Amino acid sequence: MLVARKIRVVIAKPGLDGHDRGAKIIARALRDAGMEVIYTGLHQTPEQIVETAIQEDADAVGVSILSGAHMTLVPRIMDGLRENGAEDVLVVLGGTIPAEDAEELKRQGVAAVFTPGAPTSEIVEFLRGKVPA
Amino acid sequence: MATTEDRRELGGEEWRKELYDATPERQGELFSTISGLENEPLYTAESVPLEYDRDLGYPGVFPFTRGVYPSMYRGKLWTMRQFAGFGTAEETNERFRYLLEHGQTGLSTAFDMPTLMGLDSDHPRSLGEVGREGVAVDSLADMETLFGGIPLGEVSTSMTINAPAAMLLAFYVCVGEQQGVPRSELRGTIQTDILKEYIAQKEWIFPPEPSMRLVTDMVEFCAQELPRWHPISISGYHIREAGSNAVQELAFTLANGFAYVDAAIARGLAVDDFAPRLSFFFNAHVDFFEEIAKYRAARRIWARELRGRYGAKNPRSWLMRFHTQTAGVSLTAQQPEVNIVRTALEALAAVLGGTQSLHTNSFDEALALPTENAVRLALRTQQVIAHETGVVNTIDPLGGSYYLEDLTNRLEAEAYDYFDRIEKLGGVVPAIEENFFQREIAEASFRYQSEVEAKQRVIVGVNRYQLEDEPDVEILRIDPALEQKQIDRVQALRERRDSAAAERSLAALKEASTRDEMTLL
Repeated sequence: MLVARKIRVVIAKPGLDGHDRGAKIIARALRDAGMEVIYTGLHQTPEQIVETAIQEDADAVGVSILSGAHMTLVPRIMDGLRENGAEDVLVVLGGTIPAEDAEELKRQGVAAVFTPGAPTSEIVEFLRGKVPA
Repeated sequence: MATTEDRRELGGEEWRKELYDATPERQGELFSTISGLENEPLYTAESVPLEYDRDLGYPGVFPFTRGVYPSMYRGKLWTMRQFAGFGTAEETNERFRYLLEHGQTGLSTAFDMPTLMGLDSDHPRSLGEVGREGVAVDSLADMETLFGGIPLGEVSTSMTINAPAAMLLAFYVCVGEQQGVPRSELRGTIQTDILKEYIAQKEWIFPPEPSMRLVTDMVEFCAQELPRWHPISISGYHIREAGSNAVQELAFTLANGFAYVDAAIARGLAVDDFAPRLSFFFNAHVDFFEEIAKYRAARRIWARELRGRYGAKNPRSWLMRFHTQTAGVSLTAQQPEVNIVRTALEALAAVLGGTQSLHTNSFDEALALPTENAVRLALRTQQVIAHETGVVNTIDPLGGSYYLEDLTNRLEAEAYDYFDRIEKLGGVVPAIEENFFQREIAEASFRYQSEVEAKQRVIVGVNRYQLEDEPDVEILRIDPALEQKQIDRVQALRERRDSAAAERSLAALKEASTRDEMTLL
């Protein structure tokens, strides 16, 4: 019998930012939608996040940043994934991200950027659409 | 069946059955408060039995439900205190001086993430965070720059810092001494509320027990040396921003307040020697009446417990004075101008709830730190409430509203339920260690999100009345070069300082920290 493979997502909080309301809501919504969710906890370095994504064999990494440090931290996560041959891991960003920065990060390979108010259903649908079954 | 002619004869129950229930209610949206408290369609004198002196009292009179001061805003408006800080100490010092030149009398300092976490700006974990959402302070030298040219004997300063609060307060006292201002004349507030860091904001460095010792050291030091300083600002704001509801914000904040009082009493301090200097900080969310009820219930609970449970004799110990900030979490990135309206309504709730000072958020803060124009508009919002709406003309103008009084009573009762649950877990610190607060908050925040996604709660521009094309908004950019400038500053300082003396001081501090009888300030 064929069992549908569960999408594996790492939800990550890089840097010193302690705002984790969004990350926790997303983690729970993805789990409720049938995905395997690994939440890193707070205060992770980009290197730790890359390592978790690889060790957990994640399909996607959801990065949550509300501290304004996204232009420093996200490119380091992207570089780390590439250097470790894990560029196929989908990177999705959430937080207080100005439109201009979102565009630049998408150019660097971030698959999508969700800002405050984005419904969790939209994020679930996005991941289902992008991760090959 | 009752007709319109005999309506006057009806009691509440008959009105409900015969007239109200005859019309179908709107379907889909919830009628409950954000905390999930059910609202009746109507409140009357029958639904809320009040004993005036016991439940309300007069403004400035126990139990202070109607306000902490006899004249409230007819005597003095609330302090309009906007929170600011960015880049290095130089940039923020310029902003402070600008604000003071334009008539502001109080300062409110936002520190950056590395400073909040006690990290130097050149620490690897500080990368990308220096000066981003507050000012970077690595040393006494930075503090001297931050307050350079500002007479500390004349201004009051609020500092939002918790884990390293003792160090920042020591810096402030040193800058005061350099200016020739005696400690007894320094005025201000330092947040120091470490308990809510574990519960909500998570910018803590040490575990709860040693952190509580540091907080108590500060309370003791301030009681003896800084009589005009507020050593703690017990904060519900962050608890709310972390996703809690109004009931949880009220209950957890007050429980934390009692924990600080317990700790200081256990240290041997007399309650009346420190309680008058405790202050509070609440959120103003968008559920208008629930917020107003929250502030009124908070004042009443604090007064009762300080007088009853703790036996405080000085009426100033019973007073809950608080700062309010509108809810950052209620702001949306979609159609951000609508945030101006949300903030205005939230600010109005804070004023009708009797706040002592107020920060209004800027409409662009779901996107970035606010621009100068956005900050000015936020301040103007407070000025319109203060000078144009007339709400300041009468004290507690909603007092006696059947609905508001009932809601105040219910919030109070819900808070006491939480106090019991926390007590059963052994108090605030054991409850933190068991993850009780975080679990409760995550549950409430997920429930709210689910209600929004089911469109049972409507957020304008988010789940109804959306726009296809969102307008572009001008946002504030922090110059990335400032991070390197600050790193150069801290490295230059390390080069020129007497390293042997620094090592000796650190060793002495470490030694003292192992001895409970030493005060670390």
